[in-house]
Order: sequence, then structure tokens, then C-alpha cells
Amino acid sequence: MFYREAGDFKTSYREDSQTFPIKFDRYRYYAVLAVAFGIIPFVINDYWANAVFVPFLIYSIAAIGLNILTGYAGQVSLGTGGFMAVGAYACYKLMTAFPDISIFIHVILAGGITAGVGVLFGLPSLRIKGFYLAVATLAAQFFLVWLFNKVPWFYNYSASGQITAPDRTVLGYFVTGAQTTATAKYLFCLVMLTLVAVVARNLTRGTVGRKWMAIRDMDIAAEIIGVNPLTTKLTAFMVSSFFIGIAGALFFAVYLGAAEVGEAFGIQKSFLILFMVIIGGLGSIFGSFAGAAFLVLLPVFLKNLLVGQLGWPTDLAAHIELMIVGGLIVVFLIAEPHGLAQLWRLAKEKLRLWPFPH
Amino acid sequence: MKKTFTAIVAAAMTAAAPAMADLVIPNLSYRTGPFAAGGIPYADGFNDYFTLLNERDGGIGGEKVQVPECETAYNTEKGVECYEATKGNGALVYNPLSTGITYQLIPKVSADGISLYTPGYGRTSAANGKVFEWVFNYPANYWDGASVAIKHLLDLNGGSLEGKKIALLYHNSAYGKEPIRTLQELSKKHGYALTEIPVDSPGQEQKSQWLQIRRDKPDYVLFWGWGVMNQVAVQEAANIRFPMENFIGIWWSGSENDVLPAGDGANGYKSLAMHGTGMDYPVYEDLKKYVIDAGKAAGAGDQVGSVLYSRGMYAAMVIAEAARKAQELAGTSAINAAQMRDGFEALEITEERMAELGLPNFGQPFAASCEDHGGPGAALIQQWDASAKKWNLITGFIAPDDEVLTPLILEDSQAYAKEAGISERCN
Repeated sequence: MFYREAGDFKTSYREDSQTFPIKFDRYRYYAVLAVAFGIIPFVINDYWANAVFVPFLIYSIAAIGLNILTGYAGQVSLGTGGFMAVGAYACYKLMTAFPDISIFIHVILAGGITAGVGVLFGLPSLRIKGFYLAVATLAAQFFLVWLFNKVPWFYNYSASGQITAPDRTVLGYFVTGAQTTATAKYLFCLVMLTLVAVVARNLTRGTVGRKWMAIRDMDIAAEIIGVNPLTTKLTAFMVSSFFIGIAGALFFAVYLGAAEVGEAFGIQKSFLILFMVIIGGLGSIFGSFAGAAFLVLLPVFLKNLLVGQLGWPTDLAAHIELMIVGGLIVVFLIAEPHGLAQLWRLAKEKLRLWPFPH
Repeated sequence: MKKTFTAIVAAAMTAAAPAMADLVIPNLSYRTGPFAAGGIPYADGFNDYFTLLNERDGGIGGEKVQVPECETAYNTEKGVECYEATKGNGALVYNPLSTGITYQLIPKVSADGISLYTPGYGRTSAANGKVFEWVFNYPANYWDGASVAIKHLLDLNGGSLEGKKIALLYHNSAYGKEPIRTLQELSKKHGYALTEIPVDSPGQEQKSQWLQIRRDKPDYVLFWGWGVMNQVAVQEAANIRFPMENFIGIWWSGSENDVLPAGDGANGYKSLAMHGTGMDYPVYEDLKKYVIDAGKAAGAGDQVGSVLYSRGMYAAMVIAEAARKAQELAGTSAINAAQMRDGFEALEITEERMAELGLPNFGQPFAASCEDHGGPGAALIQQWDASAKKWNLITGFIAPDDEVLTPLILEDSQAYAKEAGISERCN
């Protein structure tokens, strides 16, 4: 009834190929943006920012990054944690070397540096595929973590190997360091996420994205019709690492404030983000959001429910929480192998026909 | 999907807030994950001591103590979440039992005005109260521990370590890296050769490290491990027949859990200790009467009297004494976080006071001041007797080498002050 193409007349090519061709979708998108930018910043407090929204936003950026590489271009990567570490350490070195420059620029630059590193580690993808590539990126993960542990220059020779984000501002507002307000943290991450999501969405709808998908679906056929595997795979690695680098920089500078490479950017992080992408849905920007929301919010929710509400002992709750999250992942993957994004797609199909399904 | 979640989380949150009137001392504990073997006894000791105060004395100065527990799994992200979840309820002090989480919380507590008490762990240079207003780490820190271990080795070698080889086997994290700088400085002074051997977290796999030790044949191995890493290291040392009396752990690597799995092989293993241990203290009579027999013990109740239980209890005792001091200074029993900090800074624990509390000769007496948040830093050496299944103290309190440590602490804390833009206090 509301959700339909009919009656929404497109009179230009521009309108015809817009991101959300259905009017309802368009308004929903504007409504989400309005709530995210217009309402949440005014009501958010420290707990909501630090435990829920900021991690959700940052993991969404990382999931979008990995989704471009794995979901759109079909290159399996287990090096996400390592690339996030590159972003974090690049951001740290830039922040301490050029204290007067806005952190916004540093975060973007950190993404750029990560893109370079990503291309370097993407080179093997031209020769090896599938599981073998996963192993190569796994090597990147371990090498990068080892590097940031081993070379003191990266952590400015601090006694403990920890990197700590100094106070930095954007337009006069603190966004890193302890004086940051919940609103500033949230808005900074939200702006980054919005930029990343819009760029990612449009890239995947254009030539670049179509090339990625051609390579994913069948690389030999893609090569025959004129897709250059070298540039296509490397652009996928570049764009993906750029986003993941931004996520890593934000994760360290805005969210944690201090980090230690083995703990914050270990192999668990790579798996966590891969799970987000798989649960959310490969090859879907919405899926990246859904997967990040699922794996960030569900544990927090369960913890509050079991410990806060039901008063269970913390250790029992923590164990049950792992079992519930793990169980739900299994159930989801059996019931809907294409992830949460597929559920959303099905829901939209149903909505188109509603209330007359025949 | 997200909206339904957030709505339910909101409902859960509002219901979880406790009453504001009591003294709130959150316990960021970890009873799960690879470090639970250390986290469980510590959390039990911490909780039980406050339960004892509540049951026996009706709290501290007539105010009941609430100890809301929050599970961190030794993970910094969960630590941040726990901190944010509990700080709004009038939390007075945090004791996260994790060096990684401590690093994270130092800027946050300084901005929020809540004390952070990290006995025997955390950031060593927080001992400089001129820079770290809200952080306290008395009675001893890692650099003290490193220095005490070296002093013990000096005693064993007639005052000279010239030409000796010492290996540091450490958890590859902020915690394990803390002593490196001190040991390097001390090696310049005493002329030993230092090898650093990192073990990646959680440390279940140490074959290659022990192979290296077997090849290099160091005279002594110093050990900075935690959780499951400890048991593995002691077992591996026994496997390669490393002489156990030359293997010395920090106080976090010296509990019963760490040596029992290796059986007789662990006999003679040494570790540092910053307090006594065992059940031979009068406080346990009260603890048994008011807490354990009353069925109010935290956790499974099977950890009472162990080394880390004693440490949790010790931390709780210091916090309780600081709260008492704060009440005395503020003239009110319902203290706030800022008054609590004053209590920490003015705290003096004397031998008499510890005897009154039922813990005679348990820890070293110390007094804090505006400049000194680190305490005297002395430590004992204990040795494991595998046949009796008991830790025996083999030395008295050994004082650290302040001549080397003080400049290091000054240097590191000033570097932090410069980075964070803090001006020194207490002038």
C-alpha cells in the first residue's frame, strides 16, 4: 500500500537511478538521518555513547569496509584487525607529530595510510584465491600486530607499549581524550559513518562496484569481458582498507582512548568483523549495519537483562551470554544463510504486495 | 531491530540503578575467560571483606557498602562498558585488576573525578601524585617488584650479578612490558645481561619460549605472567628441568592455582609477595562467623585463604580504611567521590591498625601524601613447597632500589603530564 513503485513517477534519468527509488524508502532514510543527527545527540549520555552507539557506529564502518572486500569483491580477508591497527597507529603517530591539525584530517589520513598497506597485502590476491588468500591475509594480521609490538617507534617509546590518545579537537570541540562529551564522540563517529556509507553505497552501484561483483561471481568470465583483475582487486583492497583504517583510528582515538595492539586488534577482532559481515549479509551495505548492531548490541542487552534485571551472578550471565549469541548465530545461518539483509529484502518484497498478496 | 533493542536495554538500565545513599564501590571483576583463575579468588576476597564490614559493623561509619559487580573478562572494551555502566551510581573508587583497563581509565577517572586504586598493578608512574591526582597504587608497583627481585638475586650472589644472564619472560601486553625499563636500568648498574622473551596473550602456548630458555641457559628467569599463562610456564619450566629456585615470578604469578597443576615439579618455585597469606589471621574468625557460615560468601566460597583471595581482601581493606579516613576528614559518613580521594591521599596504615583489623603483620605499614601515591614498595619473597602444598615466606620485606626507580618514575610521569597537558600539583 505505502511501499510501492507505482505512482512515483520519475521524469529524469537522475531520479530514475537514485539510491532509494521507492518513496517510502527515501522518507525512511531521511527519518533515520533526522533521528540520528537531530534527536539522539541531545539525549545521549556517557553510558549510551560508550557502551552502545560509538562501538556500533565504528564497527559498522569496519563492517562496510570488509563487506566491500569480501561481500562485493569476493576476496576473503582475515586481516581486518591488523588493518584496523594500522589505522590506529597511523592516527596516533599523526596526532602526536602534528598536534595542531584537526583530528578529522588525521583520521582520513590514517585511512589513506591503511589503504596503502592494504594494497600491499592485496598483491598476493592476484595469484591466490579463496582459502589460500584467507591464509595470506591471516599472515598480514599476525605480521602487523607483531610489528606494532616490536618496533617502539610506533608507540613513541612509551614504557608499556600502550598508545594513548591525546586531547584533540574538531571545530573547537574535543573529540578525543577524557574531556570529550558523549555528544561530540557520537556525532564525530556518525559523520564519519555517514560519509563512508554514502561513498560505499555509490561506489557499489557504479562501474567500480560492478567490476568487483563481476570478479566475485566469476573471475575468468569477468576478465574475458574486459575487467582488469589487477586494478579491480587492488581497488577493492584499497577502498576496503581505507574504511577499515578509519574504523581503526576511531576505535582507538575516540572509543577506547588507549590501546594495546595485541588486545584491541588481535585475531578476535578480525573474526568478529567477519561474523558481522556474514550475519549481516555479504554484499549489502544495510547488512553491515545489521551485523554490527547484532553483535554489538546483543551482548550488552543480554548482560543488562541477565545481571541488571534478573540479578544473576556475573560469571553465569557471561557464560550464558556467549551461548545465546553463539546459538543465535548458528540458528540464523541455518534459517537464513544470506544474513539479516536477506530478511530485510524478503520483508520488502512482502511489503510491496501488502495487503493483497496475490 | 535496533530500536527494539535499545528500548529494552533502556528498560533494563533504569531498573538496575541501586539506591544512592550507600557507599558504592564497584567491583570490575572477571570470572570468565583465560584470566579467570586469577580473577575469581581476587573478586571473592574483595566482596567478602565488604560483606564482613556490612554484617559485622553495619558498613563503614554506619554507611552500608554496596559492591555491584561487573564482568570485564580482562577485556578493555568490556572494562569501558562496565565503567560507564557503574559510574553514574555514585561510584567512589575503581579497582579493575587489569593494567590494560587501568591505562584506559586513568584519563576517564581524572575527568570524572573518581579515584582509581591499583595495588601492585597498573601504571607504575602513577606513584607520582604530583601528576596523577586521582590514581593510587600503594603499597607496591611493578618497578618496585622488578627491583626487589633483582635485590634478592644480589643477596643470593654475594652482592654482584656481574656476568649473569637473566631472562624476563613476560605477557606481551602493557602489564608484561612494565618492568622492562627498570630491568634495563638495573642491568646497567649491576652488569647482568637481560634477555626479553615475550609470550602472546593468553599464553597457553610457550614451547618456543622455553626452547629459547633451554638454549640460552639464563642463570635466572624473571616472570611476569597472569591467568592461564602462569600454570603453563611453571609446567614448561618443570618439563625442561629448569632449576625452580632460579625461577621468580611477580606477585601476580604466585598463587596456588599457578603451581598446583605442575605437582612436585613446581617445588621450589619462587614468587614475590606484597602481603602475607594463609588463614592464620584473626580476621578469618569473623569472616567465618559473619560471612562464610552465614552463607553470604561470594562466588563458590572455595577460595578463602588463597593468595589472591588475600590480595582481594587486602585491596578491600585499604579501600575501607581510606573511606574511614575520608569520613573523618569530611565530617560526614555519606562521602562523595572527591572526599574519598582526600581519604586515599591522607591514608596511613600502621602496624597497630592492621592488628586491630585482625591482620597483624599482613602487609607493610605505609603513609600516602600529596606527592607520594606509591607507598614504600617493599615486597617479600615466597617459595612453593609442593609436598606441603604451601607458600613459605623466605625473606622479610625487601626495600626496592629507589635510587634507580625515583628518576624513572619522574621521567615517565612527566612525559605523561606533557602529553596530557597536566600541571604539577602539591607545590
